[in-house]
Amino acid sequence: MQAGPNDLWVFIRPVWVFVLVLLCIFLIAVFAPFVTSHDPNYQNLLARLKPPGYSTGSRFYLLGTDELGRDLLTRIVYGARISLLVAFLSVSISLTFGVLIGMVAGYFRGFLEVLIMRMADIFLSIPAILLAILTVAVLGPSLLNLVLVLAFTRWPRYTRVAYAQTLSVAGSLYIKSSAYSGTSNTRILMRHILPNILAPLIVLATLEFGLMILFEGGLSFLGLGVQPPMPSWGSILSVGRNYISSAWWIVTLPGICLFVVVLSINVLGDFLRDKFDPRSLGR
Amino acid sequence: MLQRVGYSLVALIGVVSIVFGILHLSGDPVLLLVPEGATQQDIDNLRHALGFDRPLYVQYFEYLRNLSRVDLGVSIIQQIPVLEIVLSRVSFTLYLALGGFFVAAGIGFPVGVILGVFRGSLGAKIAVPLVLVGQSMPTFWSGIMLIIIFSVNLGWLPSSGAREFSSIILPSIALGALSMATFARITRACILEEISKDYVTAANAKGISFTRVVFHHIIPNASLPIITVVALEVANLLTGAVIVETVFAWPGVGLLAIEAIEARDFLLVQAIVLFGSLIYIILNLVADFLYAYVDPRVKLVATP
Repeated sequence: MQAGPNDLWVFIRPVWVFVLVLLCIFLIAVFAPFVTSHDPNYQNLLARLKPPGYSTGSRFYLLGTDELGRDLLTRIVYGARISLLVAFLSVSISLTFGVLIGMVAGYFRGFLEVLIMRMADIFLSIPAILLAILTVAVLGPSLLNLVLVLAFTRWPRYTRVAYAQTLSVAGSLYIKSSAYSGTSNTRILMRHILPNILAPLIVLATLEFGLMILFEGGLSFLGLGVQPPMPSWGSILSVGRNYISSAWWIVTLPGICLFVVVLSINVLGDFLRDKFDPRSLGR
Repeated sequence: MLQRVGYSLVALIGVVSIVFGILHLSGDPVLLLVPEGATQQDIDNLRHALGFDRPLYVQYFEYLRNLSRVDLGVSIIQQIPVLEIVLSRVSFTLYLALGGFFVAAGIGFPVGVILGVFRGSLGAKIAVPLVLVGQSMPTFWSGIMLIIIFSVNLGWLPSSGAREFSSIILPSIALGALSMATFARITRACILEEISKDYVTAANAKGISFTRVVFHHIIPNASLPIITVVALEVANLLTGAVIVETVFAWPGVGLLAIEAIEARDFLLVQAIVLFGSLIYIILNLVADFLYAYVDPRVKLVATP
Protein backbone atom coordinates (compact mmCIF):
# COMPACT_ATOMS: atom_id res chain seq x y z
CA MET A 1 0.00 0.00 0.00
CA GLN A 2 1.25 3.42 -0.95
CA ALA A 3 1.87 5.47 2.18
CA GLY A 4 -0.18 8.65 2.22
CA PRO A 5 0.92 11.99 3.59
CA ASN A 6 -0.65 11.04 6.91
CA ASP A 7 1.34 7.90 7.49
CA LEU A 8 3.08 9.46 10.48
CA TRP A 9 0.99 7.33 12.79
CA VAL A 10 1.87 4.18 10.94
CA PHE A 11 4.78 3.73 13.33
CA ILE A 12 2.56 3.14 16.29
CA ARG A 13 -0.11 1.06 14.76
CA PRO A 14 -1.91 -1.28 15.27
CA VAL A 15 -4.61 1.22 16.06
CA TRP A 16 -6.71 -1.34 17.86
CA VAL A 17 -4.35 -1.15 20.83
CA PHE A 18 -5.39 2.46 21.32
CA VAL A 19 -9.03 1.68 20.65
CA LEU A 20 -8.80 -0.96 23.35
CA VAL A 21 -7.27 1.53 25.78
CA LEU A 22 -10.09 3.98 25.07
CA LEU A 23 -12.69 1.27 25.46
CA CYS A 24 -11.24 0.25 28.83
CA ILE A 25 -11.24 3.83 30.09
CA PHE A 26 -14.77 4.30 28.82
CA LEU A 27 -15.97 1.18 30.64
CA ILE A 28 -14.13 2.16 33.81
CA ALA A 29 -15.78 5.58 33.69
CA VAL A 30 -19.27 4.21 33.08
CA PHE A 31 -19.02 1.49 35.70
CA ALA A 32 -17.01 3.54 38.19
CA PRO A 33 -19.06 2.43 41.25
CA PHE A 34 -18.35 -1.21 40.36
CA VAL A 35 -14.67 -0.64 39.65
CA THR A 36 -14.10 0.82 43.06
CA SER A 37 -16.39 0.48 46.03
CA HIS A 38 -15.00 3.56 47.72
CA ASP A 39 -16.37 7.09 47.86
CA PRO A 40 -14.20 9.56 45.89
CA ASN A 41 -14.89 12.23 48.52
CA TYR A 42 -14.32 10.13 51.63
CA GLN A 43 -11.61 11.77 53.70
CA ASN A 44 -9.28 9.98 56.04
CA LEU A 45 -7.28 12.76 57.64
CA LEU A 46 -4.98 10.26 59.36
CA ALA A 47 -3.83 9.03 55.94
CA ARG A 48 -3.00 12.28 54.21
CA LEU A 49 -0.45 12.46 51.36
CA LYS A 50 0.43 8.77 51.61
CA PRO A 51 2.41 7.30 48.71
CA PRO A 52 1.11 4.62 46.34
CA GLY A 53 0.87 1.20 47.92
CA TYR A 54 0.12 2.60 51.39
CA SER A 55 -1.97 0.43 53.64
CA THR A 56 -3.79 1.37 56.85
CA GLY A 57 -4.43 -2.21 57.77
CA SER A 58 -8.13 -2.03 57.00
CA ARG A 59 -7.66 -0.41 53.62
CA PHE A 60 -5.14 -0.49 50.81
CA TYR A 61 -4.39 2.63 48.77
CA LEU A 62 -2.99 1.44 45.44
CA LEU A 63 -2.21 4.93 44.13
CA GLY A 64 -1.83 6.65 47.47
CA THR A 65 -3.89 9.48 48.94
CA ASP A 66 -4.28 13.21 48.37
CA GLU A 67 -3.99 16.18 50.71
CA LEU A 68 -7.26 15.30 52.48
CA GLY A 69 -6.58 11.58 52.71
CA ARG A 70 -8.87 10.70 49.84
CA ASP A 71 -8.07 7.64 47.75
CA LEU A 72 -6.35 8.87 44.59
CA LEU A 73 -7.33 5.80 42.53
CA THR A 74 -11.00 6.33 43.28
CA ARG A 75 -10.76 10.01 42.44
CA ILE A 76 -9.02 9.28 39.15
CA VAL A 77 -11.67 6.71 38.23
CA TYR A 78 -14.46 9.16 38.96
CA GLY A 79 -12.45 11.90 37.27
CA ALA A 80 -12.57 9.87 34.05
CA ARG A 81 -16.35 10.13 34.27
CA ILE A 82 -16.23 13.91 34.42
CA SER A 83 -13.72 14.19 31.59
CA LEU A 84 -15.64 11.90 29.26
CA LEU A 85 -19.01 13.36 30.22
CA VAL A 86 -17.93 16.95 29.58
CA ALA A 87 -16.25 16.02 26.29
CA PHE A 88 -19.21 13.92 25.16
CA LEU A 89 -21.82 16.55 25.97
CA SER A 90 -19.90 19.47 24.50
CA VAL A 91 -19.02 17.58 21.32
CA SER A 92 -22.64 16.38 20.92
CA ILE A 93 -24.09 19.86 21.32
CA SER A 94 -21.61 21.64 19.08
CA LEU A 95 -21.70 18.85 16.48
CA THR A 96 -25.49 18.83 16.23
CA PHE A 97 -25.85 22.58 16.13
CA GLY A 98 -22.84 23.22 13.93
CA VAL A 99 -23.70 20.58 11.35
CA LEU A 100 -27.35 21.61 11.13
CA ILE A 101 -26.69 25.25 10.40
CA GLY A 102 -23.70 24.40 8.21
CA MET A 103 -25.95 22.24 6.03
CA VAL A 104 -28.59 24.94 5.94
CA ALA A 105 -25.98 27.50 4.84
CA GLY A 106 -24.63 25.24 2.13
CA TYR A 107 -28.00 24.06 0.83
CA PHE A 108 -30.14 27.18 0.88
CA ARG A 109 -27.32 29.64 0.14
CA GLY A 110 -28.28 33.30 -0.14
CA PHE A 111 -28.69 35.50 2.91
CA LEU A 112 -28.66 32.61 5.38
CA GLU A 113 -25.31 31.49 4.01
CA VAL A 114 -23.71 34.89 4.50
CA LEU A 115 -25.19 35.30 7.98
CA ILE A 116 -24.22 31.86 9.25
CA MET A 117 -20.72 31.77 7.81
CA ARG A 118 -19.93 35.29 9.05
CA MET A 119 -21.11 34.28 12.51
CA ALA A 120 -18.86 31.25 12.33
CA ASP A 121 -15.91 33.49 11.41
CA ILE A 122 -16.62 35.79 14.31
CA PHE A 123 -16.77 32.95 16.79
CA LEU A 124 -13.55 31.50 15.46
CA SER A 125 -11.79 34.79 16.07
CA ILE A 126 -12.31 34.69 19.82
CA PRO A 127 -9.74 32.49 21.50
CA ALA A 128 -11.75 29.76 23.22
CA ILE A 129 -9.89 30.03 26.50
CA LEU A 130 -10.54 33.77 26.75
CA LEU A 131 -14.24 33.28 26.06
CA ALA A 132 -14.30 30.62 28.75
CA ILE A 133 -12.60 32.95 31.21
CA LEU A 134 -15.14 35.68 30.50
CA THR A 135 -18.15 33.41 30.75
CA VAL A 136 -16.98 31.82 33.95
CA ALA A 137 -16.23 35.24 35.41
CA VAL A 138 -19.82 36.27 34.70
CA LEU A 139 -21.80 33.10 35.33
CA GLY A 140 -19.55 31.38 37.85
CA PRO A 141 -17.80 28.05 37.37
CA SER A 142 -19.85 24.86 37.14
CA LEU A 143 -20.00 21.66 35.15
CA LEU A 144 -22.94 22.86 33.08
CA ASN A 145 -21.32 26.22 32.29
CA LEU A 146 -18.16 24.40 31.28
CA VAL A 147 -20.08 22.23 28.80
CA LEU A 148 -21.94 25.23 27.43
CA VAL A 149 -18.78 27.30 27.01
CA LEU A 150 -17.04 24.49 25.15
CA ALA A 151 -20.06 23.88 22.90
CA PHE A 152 -20.47 27.62 22.38
CA THR A 153 -16.89 28.05 21.16
CA ARG A 154 -16.50 24.92 19.06
CA TRP A 155 -19.59 24.75 16.80
CA PRO A 156 -18.05 26.85 13.96
CA ARG A 157 -15.51 24.09 13.27
CA TYR A 158 -18.31 21.69 12.38
CA THR A 159 -20.23 24.39 10.55
CA ARG A 160 -17.32 25.08 8.24
CA VAL A 161 -16.79 21.44 7.34
CA ALA A 162 -20.52 20.71 6.97
CA TYR A 163 -20.92 23.82 4.84
CA ALA A 164 -18.08 22.99 2.46
CA GLN A 165 -19.19 19.38 2.16
CA THR A 166 -22.83 20.31 1.56
CA LEU A 167 -21.79 22.75 -1.15
CA SER A 168 -19.98 20.00 -3.02
CA VAL A 169 -22.75 17.42 -2.56
CA ALA A 170 -25.72 19.73 -3.21
CA GLY A 171 -24.74 20.30 -6.83
CA SER A 172 -24.77 16.60 -7.70
CA LEU A 173 -27.43 15.14 -9.96
CA TYR A 174 -29.07 12.82 -7.45
CA ILE A 175 -29.83 15.72 -5.13
CA LYS A 176 -31.25 17.77 -7.99
CA SER A 177 -33.36 14.91 -9.26
CA SER A 178 -34.86 14.24 -5.87
CA ALA A 179 -35.56 17.96 -5.46
CA TYR A 180 -37.31 18.05 -8.83
CA SER A 181 -39.38 15.01 -7.95
CA GLY A 182 -40.76 16.92 -5.00
CA THR A 183 -38.83 15.58 -2.02
CA SER A 184 -39.06 18.03 0.86
CA ASN A 185 -35.98 20.03 1.78
CA THR A 186 -35.84 18.53 5.26
CA ARG A 187 -35.85 15.05 3.80
CA ILE A 188 -33.14 15.90 1.28
CA LEU A 189 -30.95 17.38 4.00
CA MET A 190 -31.43 14.51 6.43
CA ARG A 191 -31.65 11.52 4.09
CA HIS A 192 -29.44 12.45 1.19
CA ILE A 193 -26.96 15.13 2.20
CA LEU A 194 -26.22 14.24 5.83
CA PRO A 195 -25.14 10.62 5.19
CA ASN A 196 -22.84 11.79 2.42
CA ILE A 197 -21.05 14.43 4.44
CA LEU A 198 -20.77 12.45 7.66
CA ALA A 199 -17.30 10.92 7.25
CA PRO A 200 -15.16 14.08 7.62
CA LEU A 201 -17.44 15.23 10.44
CA ILE A 202 -16.84 12.03 12.37
CA VAL A 203 -13.09 12.52 11.97
CA LEU A 204 -13.39 16.10 13.19
CA ALA A 205 -15.60 15.10 16.12
CA THR A 206 -13.08 12.45 17.19
CA LEU A 207 -10.18 14.89 17.22
CA GLU A 208 -12.37 17.52 18.92
CA PHE A 209 -13.26 14.98 21.61
CA GLY A 210 -9.59 14.76 22.54
CA LEU A 211 -9.29 18.53 22.51
CA MET A 212 -12.36 18.91 24.73
CA ILE A 213 -10.80 16.58 27.28
CA LEU A 214 -7.69 18.78 27.26
CA PHE A 215 -9.85 21.91 27.56
CA GLU A 216 -11.84 20.47 30.44
CA GLY A 217 -8.60 19.56 32.19
CA GLY A 218 -7.07 22.95 31.49
CA LEU A 219 -10.07 25.00 32.59
CA SER A 220 -10.60 22.88 35.70
CA PHE A 221 -6.90 23.29 36.40
CA LEU A 222 -7.34 27.06 36.24
CA GLY A 223 -10.30 26.77 38.61
CA LEU A 224 -12.75 27.76 35.89
CA GLY A 225 -14.28 24.36 35.29
CA VAL A 226 -15.33 21.54 37.54
CA GLN A 227 -15.32 22.70 41.15
CA PRO A 228 -14.00 20.80 44.17
CA PRO A 229 -14.81 18.44 45.74
CA MET A 230 -15.98 16.97 42.44
CA PRO A 231 -13.05 14.93 41.14
CA SER A 232 -11.69 16.05 37.78
CA TRP A 233 -8.22 15.26 36.48
CA GLY A 234 -7.61 18.96 35.98
CA SER A 235 -8.71 19.99 39.45
CA ILE A 236 -6.77 17.14 41.11
CA LEU A 237 -3.68 18.39 39.28
CA SER A 238 -4.38 21.94 40.32
CA VAL A 239 -4.45 21.05 44.02
CA GLY A 240 -1.60 18.58 43.72
CA ARG A 241 0.58 21.37 42.37
CA ASN A 242 0.99 22.60 45.95
CA TYR A 243 2.52 19.29 47.00
CA ILE A 244 4.93 18.54 44.17
CA SER A 245 7.93 18.25 46.43
CA SER A 246 6.26 16.01 49.00
CA ALA A 247 3.65 14.03 47.03
CA TRP A 248 4.59 13.62 43.38
CA TRP A 249 1.90 11.04 42.74
CA ILE A 250 -1.01 13.47 43.04
CA VAL A 251 0.07 15.44 39.98
CA THR A 252 1.77 12.67 38.06
CA LEU A 253 -0.92 10.00 37.90
CA PRO A 254 -3.99 11.98 36.71
CA GLY A 255 -1.73 13.64 34.15
CA ILE A 256 -0.66 10.26 32.78
CA CYS A 257 -4.34 9.32 32.40
CA LEU A 258 -5.06 12.54 30.53
CA PHE A 259 -2.06 12.03 28.32
CA VAL A 260 -2.92 8.41 27.47
CA VAL A 261 -6.55 9.23 26.67
CA VAL A 262 -5.68 12.19 24.46
CA LEU A 263 -2.89 10.30 22.73
CA SER A 264 -5.23 7.38 21.98
CA ILE A 265 -7.91 9.68 20.64
CA ASN A 266 -5.39 11.49 18.44
CA VAL A 267 -4.13 8.21 17.01
CA LEU A 268 -7.68 7.03 16.38
CA GLY A 269 -8.71 10.36 14.83
CA ASP A 270 -5.75 10.41 12.48
CA PHE A 271 -6.38 6.82 11.54
CA LEU A 272 -10.00 7.64 10.66
CA ARG A 273 -8.86 10.66 8.68
CA ASP A 274 -6.55 8.49 6.61
CA LYS A 275 -9.39 6.08 6.00
CA PHE A 276 -12.06 8.58 5.13
CA ASP A 277 -10.19 11.44 3.61
CA PRO A 278 -7.03 10.38 1.81
CA ARG A 279 -6.54 13.82 0.27
CA SER A 280 -6.18 15.71 3.53
CA LEU A 281 -2.70 16.81 4.45
CA GLY A 282 -1.28 15.95 7.81
CA ARG A 283 -2.68 18.85 9.74
CA MET B 1 -7.64 42.84 0.23
CA LEU B 2 -9.81 45.66 1.52
CA GLN B 3 -12.59 43.13 1.76
CA ARG B 4 -10.47 40.92 4.00
CA VAL B 5 -9.72 43.86 6.30
CA GLY B 6 -13.43 44.60 6.30
CA TYR B 7 -14.15 41.05 7.44
CA SER B 8 -11.69 41.48 10.29
CA LEU B 9 -13.49 44.65 11.36
CA VAL B 10 -16.81 42.82 11.27
CA ALA B 11 -15.25 40.07 13.37
CA LEU B 12 -13.98 42.66 15.84
CA ILE B 13 -17.42 44.24 16.23
CA GLY B 14 -18.86 40.75 16.54
CA VAL B 15 -16.44 39.91 19.34
CA VAL B 16 -17.26 43.14 21.15
CA SER B 17 -20.97 42.36 20.82
CA ILE B 18 -20.50 38.85 22.17
CA VAL B 19 -18.53 40.20 25.12
CA PHE B 20 -21.29 42.75 25.73
CA GLY B 21 -23.86 39.97 25.47
CA ILE B 22 -22.06 37.75 27.96
CA LEU B 23 -21.68 40.66 30.35
CA HIS B 24 -25.46 41.05 30.34
CA LEU B 25 -26.13 37.30 30.46
CA SER B 26 -25.89 37.40 34.22
CA GLY B 27 -28.97 39.61 34.35
CA ASP B 28 -27.46 42.41 36.37
CA PRO B 29 -23.91 43.45 35.42
CA VAL B 30 -23.70 45.83 38.36
CA LEU B 31 -23.50 42.89 40.73
CA LEU B 32 -20.32 41.82 38.93
CA LEU B 33 -18.72 45.19 39.44
CA VAL B 34 -19.52 46.11 43.02
CA PRO B 35 -17.03 45.15 45.67
CA GLU B 36 -18.12 42.48 48.09
CA GLY B 37 -20.18 43.71 51.02
CA ALA B 38 -21.73 46.66 49.19
CA THR B 39 -25.10 47.89 50.42
CA GLN B 40 -28.17 48.11 48.22
CA GLN B 41 -27.69 51.89 48.15
CA ASP B 42 -24.15 51.49 46.81
CA ILE B 43 -25.37 49.11 44.16
CA ASP B 44 -28.12 51.50 43.01
CA ASN B 45 -25.70 54.41 42.93
CA LEU B 46 -23.17 52.48 40.88
CA ARG B 47 -25.87 51.24 38.54
CA HIS B 48 -26.91 54.80 37.87
CA ALA B 49 -23.35 56.09 37.60
CA LEU B 50 -22.42 53.44 35.06
CA GLY B 51 -25.69 53.85 33.16
CA PHE B 52 -26.89 50.29 33.62
CA ASP B 53 -30.41 51.58 34.30
CA ARG B 54 -30.77 52.79 30.71
CA PRO B 55 -32.24 50.76 27.82
CA LEU B 56 -30.00 47.99 26.54
CA TYR B 57 -29.46 49.44 23.05
CA VAL B 58 -28.38 52.79 24.51
CA GLN B 59 -25.89 50.96 26.70
CA TYR B 60 -24.64 49.02 23.69
CA PHE B 61 -23.86 52.10 21.63
CA GLU B 62 -22.34 53.83 24.64
CA TYR B 63 -20.19 50.72 25.08
CA LEU B 64 -19.04 50.83 21.44
CA ARG B 65 -18.33 54.56 21.74
CA ASN B 66 -16.14 54.06 24.80
CA LEU B 67 -14.27 51.23 23.14
CA SER B 68 -13.66 53.30 20.02
CA ARG B 69 -11.99 55.86 22.26
CA VAL B 70 -9.92 53.03 23.79
CA ASP B 71 -11.65 53.62 27.10
CA LEU B 72 -12.01 50.29 28.86
CA GLY B 73 -12.80 51.71 32.26
CA VAL B 74 -11.01 51.84 35.57
CA SER B 75 -10.28 48.81 37.71
CA ILE B 76 -12.67 48.80 40.67
CA ILE B 77 -10.06 47.13 42.85
CA GLN B 78 -6.85 48.92 41.89
CA GLN B 79 -8.33 52.27 40.78
CA ILE B 80 -6.06 52.37 37.72
CA PRO B 81 -7.27 52.32 34.10
CA VAL B 82 -7.47 48.63 33.21
CA LEU B 83 -5.64 49.16 29.94
CA GLU B 84 -2.58 50.36 31.88
CA ILE B 85 -2.62 47.21 33.99
CA VAL B 86 -2.86 45.01 30.91
CA LEU B 87 -0.11 46.84 29.05
CA SER B 88 2.22 46.61 32.04
CA ARG B 89 2.07 42.81 31.77
CA VAL B 90 2.08 42.38 27.99
CA SER B 91 5.84 42.27 27.60
CA PHE B 92 6.10 39.20 29.83
CA THR B 93 3.60 37.30 27.73
CA LEU B 94 5.43 38.34 24.57
CA TYR B 95 8.76 37.08 25.96
CA LEU B 96 7.13 33.80 26.86
CA ALA B 97 5.47 33.43 23.45
CA LEU B 98 8.81 34.21 21.82
CA GLY B 99 10.51 31.57 23.95
CA GLY B 100 7.79 29.06 23.08
CA PHE B 101 8.19 29.93 19.43
CA PHE B 102 11.94 29.30 19.54
CA VAL B 103 11.35 25.91 21.08
CA ALA B 104 8.55 25.07 18.64
CA ALA B 105 10.35 26.23 15.50
CA GLY B 106 13.82 25.13 16.57
CA ILE B 107 12.69 21.56 17.10
CA GLY B 108 9.58 21.39 14.93
CA PHE B 109 11.07 22.43 11.58
CA PRO B 110 14.13 20.15 11.62
CA VAL B 111 12.01 17.26 12.87
CA GLY B 112 9.52 17.88 10.08
CA VAL B 113 12.32 17.87 7.51
CA ILE B 114 13.68 14.61 8.89
CA LEU B 115 10.22 13.05 8.86
CA GLY B 116 9.58 14.22 5.33
CA VAL B 117 12.92 13.58 3.67
CA PHE B 118 14.32 10.59 5.49
CA ARG B 119 11.23 8.51 5.95
CA GLY B 120 11.79 5.28 7.78
CA SER B 121 15.26 6.31 8.90
CA LEU B 122 16.50 6.00 12.47
CA GLY B 123 16.10 9.76 12.92
CA ALA B 124 12.46 9.57 11.87
CA LYS B 125 11.82 6.71 14.27
CA ILE B 126 13.19 8.80 17.12
CA ALA B 127 11.31 11.90 15.99
CA VAL B 128 7.83 10.37 15.70
CA PRO B 129 7.26 9.77 19.43
CA LEU B 130 8.54 13.30 20.08
CA VAL B 131 5.81 14.71 17.84
CA LEU B 132 3.12 12.44 19.27
CA VAL B 133 4.03 13.27 22.85
CA GLY B 134 4.18 16.99 22.08
CA GLN B 135 0.77 16.86 20.52
CA SER B 136 -1.00 14.93 23.26
CA MET B 137 0.63 16.35 26.36
CA PRO B 138 -1.55 18.76 28.34
CA THR B 139 0.56 21.88 28.91
CA PHE B 140 -0.51 22.23 32.52
CA TRP B 141 0.75 18.74 33.20
CA SER B 142 3.98 18.86 31.21
CA GLY B 143 4.76 22.15 32.97
CA ILE B 144 4.40 20.56 36.39
CA MET B 145 6.45 17.53 35.31
CA LEU B 146 9.22 19.83 34.11
CA ILE B 147 9.17 21.59 37.47
CA ILE B 148 9.35 18.26 39.34
CA ILE B 149 12.27 17.02 37.25
CA PHE B 150 14.37 20.12 36.66
CA SER B 151 13.55 22.29 39.67
CA VAL B 152 12.59 20.03 42.55
CA ASN B 153 14.79 17.02 41.86
CA LEU B 154 17.72 18.29 39.83
CA GLY B 155 17.57 21.88 41.04
CA TRP B 156 18.90 23.18 37.73
CA LEU B 157 16.26 25.75 36.86
CA PRO B 158 13.91 28.02 38.79
CA SER B 159 10.36 26.69 39.11
CA SER B 160 8.44 29.94 39.02
CA GLY B 161 8.52 33.68 38.66
CA ALA B 162 10.51 35.80 36.22
CA ARG B 163 13.43 37.05 38.26
CA GLU B 164 16.29 35.67 36.19
CA PHE B 165 16.85 34.78 32.58
CA SER B 166 16.83 31.04 33.17
CA SER B 167 13.25 31.36 34.46
CA ILE B 168 11.96 31.42 30.91
CA ILE B 169 13.42 28.06 29.86
CA LEU B 170 10.91 25.67 31.44
CA PRO B 171 7.78 27.69 30.56
CA SER B 172 9.00 27.99 26.97
CA ILE B 173 9.39 24.24 26.64
CA ALA B 174 5.96 23.57 28.12
CA LEU B 175 4.35 26.19 25.91
CA GLY B 176 6.23 25.30 22.75
CA ALA B 177 5.60 21.54 22.77
CA LEU B 178 2.19 21.63 21.11
CA SER B 179 3.24 24.11 18.42
CA MET B 180 6.37 22.06 17.89
CA ALA B 181 4.17 19.09 16.92
CA THR B 182 2.12 21.29 14.60
CA PHE B 183 5.23 22.70 12.91
CA ALA B 184 6.70 19.25 12.49
CA ARG B 185 3.55 17.85 10.91
CA ILE B 186 3.02 20.78 8.56
CA THR B 187 6.66 20.83 7.48
CA ARG B 188 6.53 17.12 6.87
CA ALA B 189 3.32 17.32 4.83
CA CYS B 190 4.65 20.20 2.71
CA ILE B 191 7.92 18.42 2.05
CA LEU B 192 6.17 15.20 1.12
CA GLU B 193 4.05 17.11 -1.34
CA GLU B 194 7.09 18.80 -2.82
CA ILE B 195 9.29 15.72 -2.96
CA SER B 196 6.88 13.87 -5.23
CA LYS B 197 6.97 16.57 -7.90
CA ASP B 198 8.53 16.06 -11.33
CA TYR B 199 11.36 18.54 -10.89
CA VAL B 200 12.74 16.51 -8.00
CA THR B 201 12.76 13.40 -10.14
CA ALA B 202 14.41 15.41 -12.92
CA ALA B 203 17.06 16.79 -10.57
CA ASN B 204 17.77 13.30 -9.29
CA ALA B 205 17.99 11.99 -12.82
CA LYS B 206 20.47 14.71 -13.74
CA GLY B 207 22.69 13.41 -10.97
CA ILE B 208 22.45 16.39 -8.61
CA SER B 209 23.26 15.23 -5.12
CA PHE B 210 20.27 14.48 -2.96
CA THR B 211 21.39 16.83 -0.18
CA ARG B 212 21.61 19.63 -2.70
CA VAL B 213 18.13 18.89 -4.04
CA VAL B 214 16.75 18.89 -0.50
CA PHE B 215 18.40 22.10 0.65
CA HIS B 216 18.30 24.11 -2.57
CA HIS B 217 14.98 23.08 -4.02
CA ILE B 218 12.66 21.14 -1.77
CA ILE B 219 13.00 23.11 1.46
CA PRO B 220 12.75 26.59 -0.15
CA ASN B 221 9.67 25.54 -2.10
CA ALA B 222 8.06 23.78 0.81
CA SER B 223 8.70 26.69 3.15
CA LEU B 224 6.15 28.98 1.50
CA PRO B 225 3.02 27.32 2.87
CA ILE B 226 4.77 26.74 6.20
CA ILE B 227 5.32 30.47 6.72
CA THR B 228 1.60 31.11 6.73
CA VAL B 229 1.06 28.66 9.55
CA VAL B 230 3.54 30.56 11.69
CA ALA B 231 1.27 33.56 12.30
CA LEU B 232 -1.57 31.28 13.34
CA GLU B 233 0.69 29.34 15.69
CA VAL B 234 1.88 32.57 17.32
CA ALA B 235 -1.77 33.31 18.07
CA ASN B 236 -2.10 29.86 19.63
CA LEU B 237 1.05 30.40 21.67
CA LEU B 238 -0.35 33.64 23.08
CA THR B 239 -3.61 32.03 24.19
CA GLY B 240 -1.80 28.93 25.44
CA ALA B 241 0.18 31.25 27.67
CA VAL B 242 -2.78 31.57 30.06
CA ILE B 243 -2.24 28.06 31.39
CA VAL B 244 1.56 28.03 31.25
CA GLU B 245 1.78 31.36 33.06
CA THR B 246 -0.43 30.00 35.81
CA VAL B 247 1.73 26.90 36.21
CA PHE B 248 4.99 28.84 36.40
CA ALA B 249 3.65 31.98 38.11
CA TRP B 250 4.92 33.91 35.10
CA PRO B 251 3.64 37.49 35.51
CA GLY B 252 2.07 37.90 32.07
CA VAL B 253 -1.41 38.76 30.88
CA GLY B 254 -2.65 35.18 31.29
CA LEU B 255 -1.83 35.07 34.97
CA LEU B 256 -3.34 38.55 35.25
CA ALA B 257 -6.62 37.18 33.87
CA ILE B 258 -6.76 34.48 36.51
CA GLU B 259 -5.87 36.95 39.27
CA ALA B 260 -8.57 39.30 37.98
CA ILE B 261 -11.21 36.57 38.13
CA GLU B 262 -10.20 35.68 41.66
CA ALA B 263 -10.37 39.35 42.66
CA ARG B 264 -13.70 39.69 40.83
CA ASP B 265 -12.24 42.61 38.90
CA PHE B 266 -14.60 42.26 36.02
CA LEU B 267 -13.57 45.22 33.88
CA LEU B 268 -10.03 43.91 33.91
CA VAL B 269 -11.17 40.47 32.76
CA GLN B 270 -13.16 42.07 29.98
CA ALA B 271 -10.20 44.21 28.89
CA ILE B 272 -7.96 41.13 28.69
CA VAL B 273 -10.52 39.23 26.62
CA LEU B 274 -10.97 42.12 24.19
CA PHE B 275 -7.24 42.72 23.97
CA GLY B 276 -6.50 39.05 23.38
CA SER B 277 -9.19 38.75 20.71
CA LEU B 278 -7.87 41.86 18.96
CA ILE B 279 -4.38 40.37 18.76
CA TYR B 280 -5.84 37.07 17.62
CA ILE B 281 -7.83 38.73 14.82
CA ILE B 282 -4.81 40.77 13.69
CA LEU B 283 -2.61 37.67 13.58
CA ASN B 284 -5.24 35.82 11.54
CA LEU B 285 -5.30 38.74 9.13
CA VAL B 286 -1.51 38.68 8.91
CA ALA B 287 -1.63 34.95 8.19
CA ASP B 288 -4.02 35.52 5.29
CA PHE B 289 -1.89 38.32 3.87
CA LEU B 290 1.25 36.21 4.16
CA TYR B 291 -0.54 33.42 2.37
CA ALA B 292 -1.50 35.67 -0.52
CA TYR B 293 1.99 37.18 -0.57
CA VAL B 294 3.95 33.95 -0.77
CA ASP B 295 1.49 32.39 -3.19
CA PRO B 296 0.17 35.00 -5.64
CA ARG B 297 -2.32 32.48 -7.01
CA VAL B 298 -4.32 32.89 -3.82
CA LYS B 299 -6.77 35.75 -4.11
CA LEU B 300 -8.01 37.27 -0.91
CA VAL B 301 -11.67 36.66 -1.52
CA ALA B 302 -13.12 34.87 1.45
CA THR B 303 -15.85 32.33 0.97
CA PRO B 304 -19.19 33.86 1.86
